[in-house]
Amino acid sequence: MELAIIIPLLAAAVQSGTPILYATLGEILTEKSGVLNLGVEGAMIVGALTGFIVSRSTGNPALGFLAAGCTGALLTAVHGVVCLWFQGNQVVSGLALTILGTGLANYLGTSYVGLSAPGFSPVELPILSSLPVLGPVFFNHDILVYLSYLIPPALWFFFSTTRFGLGLRAAGEYPAAATAAGLNVIGYRWFGICGGGFFMGLGGAYLSLAYTHMWTTNLTGGRGWIAVALVIFAFWRPGRAVLGAYLFGGIMALQLRLQASGTQLPSSILLMLPYGLTIFVLVLSSWRKKVSEEPGALGVNVEPVD
Amino acid sequence: MRKIRIVKRQEPLGIGGSCLVLLSAIALSLLFSGLLLFFRGTPPLEGILTLFTGAFGSRWALEDSLLKAIPLFLCSLGVAVAFRLQIWNIGAEGQFALGSIGATWVALSFPDWPRAALLPAMIGAAIVAGGGWGFIPAFLRQRLKTNEIIVSLMMNYIAILLLEYLVYGVWKDPTSFGFPMTPSFSETAIVGKIGTTSINWGLAHCVILGVLVWGFFKYTRTGFELKACGDNVRAAKYARLPYDRLVFLVMFLSGALAGWAGFLEASATVNRLQPSIMVGYGYTAIVVAWLARLNPLSIGIASFLLAGLRVGGESLQLDLQVPAAFGGIIEGLILLTVLAGGLFTHYRIVYRRN
Repeated sequence: MELAIIIPLLAAAVQSGTPILYATLGEILTEKSGVLNLGVEGAMIVGALTGFIVSRSTGNPALGFLAAGCTGALLTAVHGVVCLWFQGNQVVSGLALTILGTGLANYLGTSYVGLSAPGFSPVELPILSSLPVLGPVFFNHDILVYLSYLIPPALWFFFSTTRFGLGLRAAGEYPAAATAAGLNVIGYRWFGICGGGFFMGLGGAYLSLAYTHMWTTNLTGGRGWIAVALVIFAFWRPGRAVLGAYLFGGIMALQLRLQASGTQLPSSILLMLPYGLTIFVLVLSSWRKKVSEEPGALGVNVEPVD
Repeated sequence: MRKIRIVKRQEPLGIGGSCLVLLSAIALSLLFSGLLLFFRGTPPLEGILTLFTGAFGSRWALEDSLLKAIPLFLCSLGVAVAFRLQIWNIGAEGQFALGSIGATWVALSFPDWPRAALLPAMIGAAIVAGGGWGFIPAFLRQRLKTNEIIVSLMMNYIAILLLEYLVYGVWKDPTSFGFPMTPSFSETAIVGKIGTTSINWGLAHCVILGVLVWGFFKYTRTGFELKACGDNVRAAKYARLPYDRLVFLVMFLSGALAGWAGFLEASATVNRLQPSIMVGYGYTAIVVAWLARLNPLSIGIASFLLAGLRVGGESLQLDLQVPAAFGGIIEGLILLTVLAGGLFTHYRIVYRRN
């Protein structure tokens, strides 16, 4: 393939990987605190709708983006109530969150289907965008993509150097010891759940505000689940999440391009690609990694004490 | 100062208390749903009433609810079998699709066979296809330690796309004016209706399979081993129970039951294969299984109620223009409130004055 084909494809990979990246980083934050949240898909789609509605009614997409994060956090707070306060099963609660979120978004969004809202458009970054290859691939996007470049290093810094980040990891690794050390495990887990939900909502808003500028039912189309899988692929490391998200963005962009170029392959087979790749990537990451880096207490509730 | 405290119960909550918790959970979720209706300008009381009368208010409604309960029951029974072993099979939707594909393949390939041979062959194909689809996540889990939740879920998307590929392509009816559907099944490939009702004999399949699954857990050695493993995996492994084989078994069984539901949907309900048979029974089945605490009899009751929710949702859509997604909201809410209510089984909440 020539450079003229590859560069636009890579740029498209970064763009369609960005919503998945936001959501994956959100789930990493949640899981590091020891909570498994399978409601990513629900938080994303609720965020996508909120972002769209707020941007449409205020004319300010930035406000929409922020509101999307807040509703994402609000929805995942339900997971917090069920699992942290009421000791509900984390797997089932997450599934319920996805069912609820998808239902809510499709219910409240029916009158917005097919409408458009002001969103984000590409802005060339000065100097950086004139770099060969790197410029067009990484620095010719909308501002939300640039924002997403800053989050993985920030999260890495947060987890490995800050006191709060280390406490959060302790809550996820060994809650009993963390409690004994005087840490408020439930508090850290609340932060993990709602902070994670905030990023998931942002990921959803990227879809409705930058990727399409439109609202349609089932806009997220399984991206939230791919994000859950990518957390495992990334070994719970923010840096590797970037790799995974762009890999998926790439396969989605490639599949769209193949469809547009009118190949002989039927579209249903092409559409299977991202889902098949998810399974493949999971198999690959568990096969390569003998020792799991999963937080020790992931999915285990902390019992209330008298 | 008053303070809320959570205290462990000496004994788990009895059946009366459990029912009370369940009923209040459902009432709470209906309350939330009513609020949502209100915010969208639908009179909430009228909405909830329409939902109920639409689901259970007439003979036609009851029959329709029962009809939709059939696939839901089988999918949920399958999901529950896997959940018993703490294996999270989220793939009933895909296993359902594969079951319908397997049954359709037999129905289209051997239309001239007599009913006594064709229907069992269709069921066999549905079991193999659905069970095989369920076997894959189990195999990857046990051999490569991949997460079965995500694998089984991703396989749902793949299965639905496979179904679409078939009905848009190789199996498409040339006389369907471009609609994505296979030709109609032959008379011998169709599971008939019971008497003058609109309910098909699939209901009898449900009863038999339900009793079989219940008996399997209660009276067989393997069933006992499953229960032991489900209660405590580590202890079971220590007792040298064949955990690996049990995982394969439950996932195959789970997929086979969902596949059977797919067979019934294709054969008895639409008499052909078309994409519209995929309406999310596999996902609702998870709600049903959890509401019923994985007990076959309760699954029967819960699947009838949630099928009613779907039917009632349709009349809510027709009469009051409430979007179909409303049903999903209630489902999610019920699951969340019931899940939260589970706390009261082992704990009680007391107010203490400090």
